[in-house]
Amino acid sequence: MEQDINITITDRQGTIHKILAPTDMAMNLMEVVRSYELAEEGTIGVCGGMAMCASCQCYVTSTTELPEMQDDEEAMLSEAFHVKENSRLGCQIQMTPEMEGLEVELAPES
Amino acid sequence: MITTDILIIGAGPTGLFTVFEAGLLKLKCHLIDALPQPGGQCSEIYPKKPIYDIPAYPEILAGDLTERLLEQCKQFEPGFTLGERAETIEKQEDGSFIVTTNKGTKHQAPVVAIAGGLGSFEPRKPLIHNIKDFEDKGVEYIIKDPEIYRNKKVVIAGGGDSALDWSIFLSDVAKQVTLIHRRNEFRGHLDSVDKVQELKNAGKIKLITPAEVMGIVGDYELKAVVVKESDDIHIEKEYELECDHFIPLFGLSPKLGPIANWGLEIEKNAIKVDNSLDYQTNIPGIFAIGDVNTYPGKLKLILCGFHEATLMCQSAYQIINPGKRYVMKYTTVSGVDGFDGTRKEAPKAVVKKIE
Repeated sequence: MEQDINITITDRQGTIHKILAPTDMAMNLMEVVRSYELAEEGTIGVCGGMAMCASCQCYVTSTTELPEMQDDEEAMLSEAFHVKENSRLGCQIQMTPEMEGLEVELAPES
Repeated sequence: MITTDILIIGAGPTGLFTVFEAGLLKLKCHLIDALPQPGGQCSEIYPKKPIYDIPAYPEILAGDLTERLLEQCKQFEPGFTLGERAETIEKQEDGSFIVTTNKGTKHQAPVVAIAGGLGSFEPRKPLIHNIKDFEDKGVEYIIKDPEIYRNKKVVIAGGGDSALDWSIFLSDVAKQVTLIHRRNEFRGHLDSVDKVQELKNAGKIKLITPAEVMGIVGDYELKAVVVKESDDIHIEKEYELECDHFIPLFGLSPKLGPIANWGLEIEKNAIKVDNSLDYQTNIPGIFAIGDVNTYPGKLKLILCGFHEATLMCQSAYQIINPGKRYVMKYTTVSGVDGFDGTRKEAPKAVVKKIE
């Protein structure tokens, strides 16, 4: 599909997955992870994608230009655990053509 | 003892709609919720957010949906136990269940419907290996009685409104308040941030940023916390900070809570149910509906919760009225008789004789 983009996700076990993510389904990164079952159901996207739980925290390892962090995400990350400089919430990263080449690592479950 | 036909655990949209569907079958409901008001997440977390997939509502605010559900089920006079968490369940000899809350309120019903959504929101605990040993021995996640901190040395960790607000409040109560946060920036109301700055300047609050509490020191009671602090050039130092209380305030995270220990079959952090019939759990008489359950093909949607509640009530009726014959009726045809004496029905056509 030409509207698909290539992204790389390293799961919590360290396995690297090179996957195609659709850009025409209004999906975010957390939903892509769930759709490919890269994290156990119930351990990611617990709040449904409202930046309320940090279960979809990931570390961005590519230089992809990401959408600016909104207040909800920043507030959640200021209280979450395992947070690093490159932490983002997967539920706040929409799959758009600009995300082509995105590389992330899933943060540990907490 | 509160007695009812269907005891519903969780007063979110699914729980509230259950009251209506049960009412059509002449079954009374009582709801328990840890939150102080009905509506679940819709009223607690996102009351002002629009929902777009409620049938017949192109758009409705979550708070308004709660109001309408309450209006719809009001005629069936549900009872509420709010601000209390369902803690234990005991099966009785007559097949009924007694559910007791954390405040000791007892409820008895032949059918229990768990409509707990994401579960109850519990404090997020920092990843300190021995923190459990000190819970209620100097470590508190929720401040219930500020008086226990009078003239004590208190360490608060966190960067949100709770951490800021309690630091401000306790600065007038405690002997010493230290606020520790992983970042230099705080995410809270500007007024609170300014007030903390003011109290820091006045020497009433000690601020340590960027820093984290890495450990707890003590025998039977908390003696100190281990702080790892970074300076401007990222050189870290670790030291012990003497204190009587450590209050980590890292927000809340949804957990199944005590329900997880009720002997129900849990899968993927949700309650496994029989979706081929009525959403009953592995314990006859206990159902799980809405976001709290799981089955093949499960979708966590409010509208699915409504559907599950409707089917569940049919089975609940059979349990409560064994052998009693009943067929589903359309409200358009039969109208709705409230327990409060009200009756809703379509206006009758007027037949006029032609002379």
